[in-house]
Amino acid sequence: QEAAKYEKKVMVLDFVTPTPLGNSWGLGGTCVNVGCIPKKLMHQAALLGQALQDSRKFGWQFTEEVKHNWMTMAESVQNYIGSLNWGYRVALREKNVTYENAYGEFVGPHTVKATNKRGVEKLYTAERFLIATGERPRYLGIPGDKEYCISSDDLFSLPYCPGKTLVVGASYVALECAGFLAGLGLDVTVMVRSILLRGFDQDIANKIGEYMEEHGINFIRQFVPIKVEQIEKGTPGRLRVIAKSTKGNQIIEGEYNTVLLAIGRDACTRKIGLDKVGVKINEKTGKIPVNDEEQTNVPYIYAVGDILQDKLELTPLAIQTGRLLVQRLYAGATSKCDYVNVPTTVFTPLEYGACGYSEEAAVEKFGEKNIEVYHSHFWPLEWTVPSRDNNKCYAKIICNIQDNERVIGFHVLGPNAGEVTQGFAAAMKCGLTKEQLDSTIGIHPVCAEV
Amino acid sequence: GKNEYDLLIIGGGSGGLACAKEAAKFGRKVAVLDYVEPSPQGTKWGLGGTCVNVGCIPKKLMHQAALLGSAIKDAQHYGWNIAQPVHHTWSVMAQAVQNYVKSLNWGHRVQLQDKKVKYFNMKGSFSDPHTIRGLTKAGEETIVTAENIVIATGGRPKYPMHIAGALEYGITSDDLFWLKESPGKTPLVYYPFILHLYEIIVYISLTGSSPDVSLECAGFLTGIGLETTVMIRSIPLRGFDQQMASLVTEHMESYGTKFLKRCFPTKVEKSESNRLQVTWKNTDLRTEVTDSFDTVMWAVGRAPDTETLNLETVGVKTNSETGKIIVDASEATSVPHIYAVGDITEGRPELTPTAIAAGKLLAQRLFGQSSELMDYDNVPTTVFTPLEYGCVGLSEEAAVQCYGSDNIEVYHAYYKPLEFTVAERDAAQCYMKMVCLRERDQRILGLHFIGPNAGEVIQGFALGIKCGATYPQLMKTIGIHPTCAEEITKLHITKGSGLDATVTGC
Repeated sequence: QEAAKYEKKVMVLDFVTPTPLGNSWGLGGTCVNVGCIPKKLMHQAALLGQALQDSRKFGWQFTEEVKHNWMTMAESVQNYIGSLNWGYRVALREKNVTYENAYGEFVGPHTVKATNKRGVEKLYTAERFLIATGERPRYLGIPGDKEYCISSDDLFSLPYCPGKTLVVGASYVALECAGFLAGLGLDVTVMVRSILLRGFDQDIANKIGEYMEEHGINFIRQFVPIKVEQIEKGTPGRLRVIAKSTKGNQIIEGEYNTVLLAIGRDACTRKIGLDKVGVKINEKTGKIPVNDEEQTNVPYIYAVGDILQDKLELTPLAIQTGRLLVQRLYAGATSKCDYVNVPTTVFTPLEYGACGYSEEAAVEKFGEKNIEVYHSHFWPLEWTVPSRDNNKCYAKIICNIQDNERVIGFHVLGPNAGEVTQGFAAAMKCGLTKEQLDSTIGIHPVCAEV
Repeated sequence: GKNEYDLLIIGGGSGGLACAKEAAKFGRKVAVLDYVEPSPQGTKWGLGGTCVNVGCIPKKLMHQAALLGSAIKDAQHYGWNIAQPVHHTWSVMAQAVQNYVKSLNWGHRVQLQDKKVKYFNMKGSFSDPHTIRGLTKAGEETIVTAENIVIATGGRPKYPMHIAGALEYGITSDDLFWLKESPGKTPLVYYPFILHLYEIIVYISLTGSSPDVSLECAGFLTGIGLETTVMIRSIPLRGFDQQMASLVTEHMESYGTKFLKRCFPTKVEKSESNRLQVTWKNTDLRTEVTDSFDTVMWAVGRAPDTETLNLETVGVKTNSETGKIIVDASEATSVPHIYAVGDITEGRPELTPTAIAAGKLLAQRLFGQSSELMDYDNVPTTVFTPLEYGCVGLSEEAAVQCYGSDNIEVYHAYYKPLEFTVAERDAAQCYMKMVCLRERDQRILGLHFIGPNAGEVIQGFALGIKCGATYPQLMKTIGIHPTCAEEITKLHITKGSGLDATVTGC
């Protein structure tokens, strides 16, 4: 859309290879269809369930039994996504961007072959190319995984309630999904191979896990599934999962209605003909290394988003990178994307917002003696009346003593963590120091004032 | 003779308690006098001041109760099956809130004890610059002397005494939060005095103003299902950015609160059915109307609590218009060793966090070798109306007045919170704007946000503004997705351009 502003002839090829279970979706990519958007909406549905319980303590009265209807929610969510797909089609059309619902792959220099759903092939040439194919969920590679398990690609449009669910993985995708499924009243178990939220501050990751456990989510730690069998067909059916310990020979079995795999995502770079044009990828991860102007090793081919090596997999980052790239190419701009202090939020039942260094990373980079960590537990005012979870919410900032106590890491665990963190990220961009933080007046009573 | 205490504080509210606890850290002998004169309706409360007992805390909790009412409606769109009817019981909420407030009263008592601060439940007045006479409810007298004295007695709601029946039949926020029974069909009167029009406008925009408890009360009363009317003589949320103020009231109107604009009451009487009959005049239509209500609540401003302090005896100067105590940048009054913090002081925002910060810094300067003064600039605040409004820095009007409209740029956007989509909620008033200087670095002068969780959104940006944030710096900040706050980092349409400022797409 940005390129079209500069009156360039632009074409977008978008194609969704169906999931092993046959699921597909429209224009917009992961975020819109099977990521941020449906995830946050279902997280909201779970939060509303909690709100219903709280409301009784605040004087609201209604029937004791309140049940959740998966289909009502899934339908509303899918309708909204449909409106976004449509919105994108219209936006592209209005901006005179040519859109083709076809699978693109390089066949030679400056040339791409586009194959649509019906197998019809067309060739297109362009002066420049941008690869933004993103990723798809990884499968375990064990018997029964593709036949019987679902991934986040399937969950948000599942045409039946998933029932008793086993979530395999400890990524934020795994924990967010486990979180909202439990919040909707389902029996949820999370099977974790080793640690939670690898790459995130581990102190906070453990607090998140603890909170989830206290709220009824079962964790099976240090096990991996080795086989999934179908006991009974159905919507949902019944599945048997056999798992092996990572520490010995112990084998366990469990029965679930649904098994959700959330063990990681793989870049969609292996089957788009990159070898035909000489674009180098990291053979192990499939990700594409680029320079600080998002250029691959082939000068006329660029890449943005989740497929980039060593960059955070986030929608706003992808958007910003894409826009700035186009502005540099066609509008004479020189701004490069600033990858420092990119904030993020994990929408687990207890939300976690972060910006900058984790405590471990800060210690590693600067040395324990050179950093100071300030922290505090807090109890959101809104949780006092319903007597909920005293002392679970937590905030910490990490400061670099040698640089004027500059804030290099911000972490908050509590409601609306995303809303809280956003402004702090802006402040960190302005070089926030501990002194400035101390001298800023808090808004009362909100969580962020802590 | 030697003074008994190093520091004596009159008033156990946000400012007073913060000052006391901080001073105690330095090993000083500290005492706090706190006393609550019952309201005309007889309401009283414990240690902690306005915020804890009849301000921020109960207000936010009742606001939360109202928000939960909306959540119940939303939940049905998200798949939760709730059998109708759904209704709200005031006494359950009131008791829960009152119990929590009482636990805070208790908590403060314990904290003072732990920190070895002496607490007197007495009404204090000056005998001389170092001597305070304390009077208990029963009339017993105690004399206390101190090297330094801090006045932190705060304020109390005003009554419109010229309206017949106002005192006998009306309540104020002092009473609302302690009502055991539902206020029923509540009309609220929000009634800035014309006499002080100009003073109030100027006063408030210079200091950042005080939050508006009256609209907040009307908001949550409507939210829990009570028929609520707000009567306003001139403009709502005086001192706040007027564009934002009208969006707030617009939302309240669509939410169900009735507004009687440009009206003022002339009398309140008791009717035969034991309800209250209010008569008012409409200044535009030149009509006089009477209607009956269960409760009449006055929200016509707050008056500083200085009358019984005996300030004239010691020569502490007050502002002749407002009655507030005049202090300098170090919180010192016109009398040496006598200081004042919080709502009682002239020219300061009437906010808890500023009172706390001022109280702490004062203690640090008195006893801790610090010389840091309180910075009252860029104090963020939030109005907890049904659709919340958070802001920091200058309003658009103040910026124009300060710098001239040619020298400022206003970026703005109408947005829709993701959570409103499935809930099918109207987001017409969800709006944000950033007022910046136009020159080179484009420093941000003011940020305004209307939407859910406005306080949470604004807090971090207030920090940024403290660091001198500029528009380009904000644009370099990556957004967190999906949140409402991220829209701030994407503001790019200016008012000047005249373009449609509605956010579209992901």
